[in-house]
Formats: sequence, structure tokens, C-alpha cells
Amino acid sequence: MEIPITWYLLLSAVLFSLGVVGFLIKRNLITVFMSIELMLNAVNLSFVTFAHQWHAVRGQIFVFFVMMVAAAEAAVGLAIIIAVFRARATLAVDRIDLMKL
Amino acid sequence: MHLILFFLFAGFCLAGAINLLVQSHPINSALSLIVVMTSLAVLYLLLGAEFLAAAQVIVYAGAIMVLFTFVVMLLNAGREERTMGSRTARKVGFPAVVAILGILATVILKAQGLGVAGLRDGITSTEELSRVLFHELLLPFEVTSVLILIAILGAVALARHGDGDPHGNQDPHGNGERTAGK
Amino acid sequence: MNGFLFLPLIPLLPLLGFLLNGLFGRRLPKALVTMVALSTPLASFLLVARAAFLIWKGSWVLPVIEAPAFGHSALVWINIATLHADFSFVLDQLSLVMLLVVTGVGFLIHIYSVGYMAHDEGYARYFSYLNLFLFFMTTLVLAGNALLMFVGWEGVGLASYLLIGFWFQKTTAADAGKKAFIVNRIGDFGFLIGMFLLLANFGTLTFSEIAARLDANPGWTGGELTVIALCLLLGAAGKSAQLPLYIWLPDAMEGPTPVSALIHAATMVTAGVYMIARTHVLFDHSPFALSVVAIVGAATALFAATIGLVQNDIKRVLAYSTISQLGYMFLGCGVAAYSAAIFHLVTHSFFKALLFLAAGSVIHAIGGEQDMRKMGGLWKKLPITFAVTTVGVLAIGGFFPFAGFFSKDAILYAAFAQGAGGKALWFVGLVTALLTSFYMFRLWYLTFLGKPRSETGHHHSTPWSMLGPLVILALLSISGGWVGIERFAAYLAPATGARATEAGGNLELILSIVAVAVALVGCFVADLLYRQKPARPAELAAEYPESYKLLAHKYYVDEFYGATVVKPLLAISTYFLGWVVDKALIGGTAWLLGGIATFSGALLQRWQSGNIRSYAAWLAAGAAAVLLFLVVPWSAFLANFGIHLNLAGH
Repeated sequence: MEIPITWYLLLSAVLFSLGVVGFLIKRNLITVFMSIELMLNAVNLSFVTFAHQWHAVRGQIFVFFVMMVAAAEAAVGLAIIIAVFRARATLAVDRIDLMKL
Repeated sequence: MHLILFFLFAGFCLAGAINLLVQSHPINSALSLIVVMTSLAVLYLLLGAEFLAAAQVIVYAGAIMVLFTFVVMLLNAGREERTMGSRTARKVGFPAVVAILGILATVILKAQGLGVAGLRDGITSTEELSRVLFHELLLPFEVTSVLILIAILGAVALARHGDGDPHGNQDPHGNGERTAGK
Repeated sequence: MNGFLFLPLIPLLPLLGFLLNGLFGRRLPKALVTMVALSTPLASFLLVARAAFLIWKGSWVLPVIEAPAFGHSALVWINIATLHADFSFVLDQLSLVMLLVVTGVGFLIHIYSVGYMAHDEGYARYFSYLNLFLFFMTTLVLAGNALLMFVGWEGVGLASYLLIGFWFQKTTAADAGKKAFIVNRIGDFGFLIGMFLLLANFGTLTFSEIAARLDANPGWTGGELTVIALCLLLGAAGKSAQLPLYIWLPDAMEGPTPVSALIHAATMVTAGVYMIARTHVLFDHSPFALSVVAIVGAATALFAATIGLVQNDIKRVLAYSTISQLGYMFLGCGVAAYSAAIFHLVTHSFFKALLFLAAGSVIHAIGGEQDMRKMGGLWKKLPITFAVTTVGVLAIGGFFPFAGFFSKDAILYAAFAQGAGGKALWFVGLVTALLTSFYMFRLWYLTFLGKPRSETGHHHSTPWSMLGPLVILALLSISGGWVGIERFAAYLAPATGARATEAGGNLELILSIVAVAVALVGCFVADLLYRQKPARPAELAAEYPESYKLLAHKYYVDEFYGATVVKPLLAISTYFLGWVVDKALIGGTAWLLGGIATFSGALLQRWQSGNIRSYAAWLAAGAAAVLLFLVVPWSAFLANFGIHLNLAGH
């Protein structure tokens, strides 16, 4: 049985939207970060889908790079979260508002 | 067969994603995300990207999510507290999300010329991948390694104890005694 | 022809003196300030004298045009379409004569000021202003085009303002300075309009080109030329204190006396006459304008002389006398006797400067008193001043063989020879001569003769720096007219046109005798009223109180202007411009703009909440907007509304 590409793409879109929703409603900093990772993965899925569609290896290579960057970003981001936690002793997103004008 | 696999693991993805949103304890969210990652790896396999499937499991589920879990446990993050919500997030954010989903869906559904994916389609071999990677895209590859090095340095610099701060704000015994936050 | 005449240096050296004394004068020792202040006018005068000598020897032929240049290209000022103006300085017969007067008398007055202003704390400032004045005046005289002359014109007005209001702590002095400048401005407006019309009709502002154009079209008379001439006349009337813009000159006596001598007797006020002589070709082509000039001149002469009859301040008498004599010069121009007018300008500068400086000497000696009713019997205490004042009074009265005789007679004869209207003008001039003689002798009697009428304050003895110039000017007042009008007119002919009236032989002689006789009558009446029967003037004043009051209050002209011009302007400024335009419109607009900025700032500030979630929400909204923009085919969409875009790719 063959599956239309469109379904994969729709799945990717839905996962992305769920990631955005999570970014908006979660109150823990780490969970927000996890939603961002979810968004990245959704995009990865659509890349692989199109790589399959057009038989382009470059699509998969792009995913490879995205993964690398996500890894680096996760490391640094979590280090920042740790530093923020040390400074503010809280992980609540709403409490960390030092950038208020 | 292909269909069943697709529906099963797409279902796992969605379930995991929704669970991530619903759970209040971050560790549960992390575990749900691991489920999402792994399901995505299977989907990659269905699309013929064997190397990526492996990389997804090894890197994402095996390293990044483990890192997340470590941090959650290190910081002893507990259940989310009820803080004041942001009205803007509700009033502006949700319509925005709906709009994004709508636009994406419209474009996807209206697009012409998209084909199908089946088990008969070839799998992209690792050899193909590496050929392109190490021949044409060698420079980005090396730059990525530098990037990772920088990330390591940055993470170490950011996460260590600051000067003049012998114990930080940490609770050395992990008993939950803290001045603020929890 | 070798070398240069260094014409541009003649104005630039006093400018240098202005800068040095103006910027550093306060910190320099007084001797150094004096040296700087005196050397620059002297240098200018020597340059002029050298030029005159070289021309007399024949090494140079007039006119000479020199323009400041870098290397071989002259410095260009304006070069737009048809308007070309540069900095060319032109030396011809007319400007040479004028320059000799300006720099020569100017230098003498600088010397005089050293003694007069010796105890003033604004010493350096005074000399810097004086040098500034010389710079502008020489620029005005040497200018080859109307635009450069206008620079000098405005500049002397500025210098006049600065010097009249020199003792600015005195309210009357500051007000007088303002009045002078504003009234001058009204005249300058006329000059400007005249310049614009010149440009429109001739396409150029260079005097020689305008003269050439007019000479080539002898039949072009009246019409627009009359309008231009009248506008220029307005400018000249403002600068030379003729009706109706003379009101600033009497008030200008608030300034130091050397200033009155230099600026308001010898040089600045003569700029109007000079300008008319310079542009005489234009006036020659407009008989109507010429008659206006003559009538204005004659009327002013008579008008001012009547006011001068009853003034009690010594400087005011001299001020009205100046206005009156300037009227004579305008009369001379108006009957196309330009050389006679310039001749009178030269002699007048000698004896009027002399009279002012002598008055200054008197004022300086008796400690600042200026009211003649409190003077008297000074001939014993100030013998040299008395002698030179006598010379000056005789000269201005027109007695033979003093300078005033020759020049005044030349004008009166030229007026008489102009037909019926001319004879009427001649008569007015004659009456004015009578009045002039009378009030000058009145001044002479009241100030010097008789018994001292009040205990004068401390007596300063007059220093030689003040007496020297007095003596020199007295000698010039005696001998200045001996060159004679025929030789003078012949000399000036290339610049001012041939003499309109020929030497009249017997008629001229008869008219001269009449004039001298009239002057003697004036002297006699003054003697009668002020020496023989000193109580008589007061009785006359009591017998004709209205006339006396009218004259004493200067025909209430100042009050008239105040009510008709000044008050409405003040009202408009305060109420309309002040409240409506300034406070409501402009202030309101500024307040509104500020309010908008503040309000929008406050509004936008709420966006920067520091709340990560709201930032995230806006990020999502932005992403949705970008997606929408990328996805929708805008060209087709907008075409439904009739908007056609020219985008590639959409």
C-alpha cells in the first residue's frame, strides 16, 4: 500500500503546530525548550519527506545538519537554563522577566 | 503493511506530542518526547532514510533527550506551578497557531504533483549520503564540528559555578530546601 | 601699468583691525589696541593716496577694476543663469573722491576718538566697531555691482546700530540703535526691490553694464526705469535721512560724538547720495524720478532747518543741520548736477565733521553737558575749539571764501537754471540757507559767547589727539572749495556725466551774492536775538506758543509714526503673532507632536513586558503573517480590487 506524501506533510504540520502550542502554554522553562525540539523534529520530517519525493540526498543531509545544530543548541540552551536557575531559583517562565522595560 | 506501520507510528507521534502538552511534570514530558523521537525514526525508515533513522535514535533520543532528563533531575524541577497566565499568549498566540496550521494545511492539500511513498521505493544508502557529504559539502561538515566544539565550551562556561559562589543556590542534599521558587 | 593698486586691501585692512580688536582687544594693553585701531585706517588712506598719486602722475588710467582672485581665476560669487556677481572693486573718479573723504576723514576721527574715548571701558570694542564700519563703507564705495554695494550698505547700517547703541546700558541709546536699524531696513527694502527690478530689466547688476545698456538706448525713458529709480530713491532716503525716513538721525546722537561725526555726518549718510550718483544714468533716463529726488531734497532741507531753529541740545542742532544739508545734496542730484552734489558732499564732510568734533570737544571739556542753554562764555576756556567752530559755522553758512560757499552755490545755481520748477526749488534752497545761517550762529552764540550760564562741571583740558584733527579739518573747511566747481565737474565727468549747466558767468555771480547776503541776514538776526537782546527768544516763544511747540516737538512726526505704524505692528505682534500663531499654532503643534510621541511610546511600552510567553505569541503571529505573505498570490488577489502590482515571481 502506498501512502500519499501529503499525509506525511500533514503530520509534520500538525506536530509543528503542537510544538508552537506547547511553547505558548507551558510554564516550565525546560518543557518550553522541549516544545522547541518538537518543532525541529517536525521540520526534519518534512525535509525527509521531500527528499524522498524528489530523490534528493541533500534533503537528508540537511536533516543531518539540523540534528547537529539542535544538539549544540540543546547543550548550550540547557546550560543557560541551569545558569538562570542558579540566579533566579525558579524555572517558571513568567517569573523570569528581567528584560521588562 | 506500510499503511499499518505508518498509522501506528504516526499515532504514537501524535499521542506523544499531545501528552507532552498535557503532562504537568517535566519528566513525563521528556519521556513523551522520547516516544515522539523514536516514532519519527521509524517514519524516517519508512521514507527510506536509514542513516537518518539511526542518527535520530542515537543523537536525539539517545543523547539530547538524555541530556534533558539529566537537567530535569539536576534542577529537581517539580510540577509546574500555577502562575499568572499571559493574556497575550491566549489572545494572539492561539489564533496565530491556528493560522499557521491552516495555511500549511491549505498549501499542502492544494499542492500538485506530489507522489506517493511505498515500501518498494529505494532506500538511500549510507554510501550515497556520505559521498555527497564528504565530497561536496565537506566544508559545512567541518564547520559543524567546530560549532560543536564551541557549543561544548559555551555549555561548560555557562553551567559551572560562578566565582565567589561556593555552593550556588543548590540544595546540596536535594531535600527541597530552597529560598524561593518551588 | 604695473603692479596692483591693491584695491581689495582697502576694505580688508580695516576688517583685519576689527577682528583683532574685536576678538582680543579686551585682553591687550590699551596702547596696542590703539596702534591696531589707528594703523588700519591709516594704511587704507595711504593706499588710496598712493592710488591718487599714481593716477595723477599718469601711471594708471581710470577706471581700474580689481577683483580678488586665486591665481588667474577671479573669485566667483554668484553664477546662476543670467546673474553673475563677483567681488570686483572698481576705482573711478567718483569712488576715488569718495574714498579720499571716507578714509581721510575717517582716519582723523579715529585719532580724535583716541582722546575722546580714553576713559571709556569699551575702548577696544569701540575701535573694533569703527574699523568694521570702515570696512563696510569702503566696500560700498568700491563696489562694482549693486549686490556688493548692498553688502556694504547693510553693513554700515549694522555698524551704525552697534555704534549708536554703544553705551547699551542706557535705554535711550539702545532704543535709538534699534530705531536707526529698523528705519534703515525700510529703506533697504526699497533698494532690494530696485535691485530685483534691475535684474529683471537688465539681466545684470554691474553698474558699468547697466550704464552701457542705457547709453545704447537713449530713447528708453520712464516706465519701468522710473519705478526702479524710485525704489532706489527709497533706499537712499532711508540711508541719508530724507523725508520720510529721517527720524532715526536725531536719535542717533545718543552715540559717542566721534561716531556722530563720522557716520552721521561725513560718510554713512552720504552713501545715499553716492548711490544716486553711481546710478545716475538710470536717473537721467527718468525725468519724473529726478524731479521727485529734487523735491524730496528741497523739502527735507527746509523741513529740517525749521526744526533745527528751536533745538536746545547742541548735537541735535547739528543732526538736523546734517539732514538739511543732505537735502541740498539730493536737490543737486535732482537737478542732474551730480558733480555739484558730490562737491557739496565733500565740503560738507569737512565742516560737519569739524562741527561735530568741536561739539564733542565742548561736551568733553564741560563734563558731559549737552544743553546749550547751560553753556556760554566758553570762548575763553576753549580758544582753539572756539576758533575752529567759527570756521565751521562760516563754512556751513556759505560765506566766501570758505568751502561751503562754492559747493552750495553750485547747487543753487544748477537748480535755478532748470526752468520754473527749478526756480521754485532755488527759492526753497535760499530760505533754507537763511535758516541754516541763523541757527548755526545761534549755536555759536549760545555755546561760546556771553557769560557762563551755569557752573560747568569739571574741566578736562582737551588733549592734542582731539585738537589735531580739529585743526586739520578747519584748514580743509577753509580751503576745500577752492578747487572750484568747474574743475571738479570736469574731473568727475567720466563718472557722473558732463555738467548739465554751463558756467553762467554773470548770473552765477549774482546768485552767489544773493546767497551770501541772505546768510549775512541770518547772522544778523541771530546776533540780534542772542547777543543784543537775549531775552527776546523767550518772549517770541511765548508770543507764538503753538508754532514754537510744533517746532520744538519736531512736528510730532515721531508721535505720528508711533501711532500709525509702531502701535499697530506691536498689537499684531503681541496678539495675533504672539498668541495665535506662536502659542496656539506653533506651540500647539509642538505639544501635539510631543504628545503623540509620548503617547505612542507609552502604548508600545506595554509590548515590552519581559514576559516570554507573550513574546512567543507575537513570534508565532509574525510567522503566520510571513507565511501568509509568501503563500498568497498577491498580484492576482489585488487585481480583483483593481490594484496592479509589478512584482516578479508573485
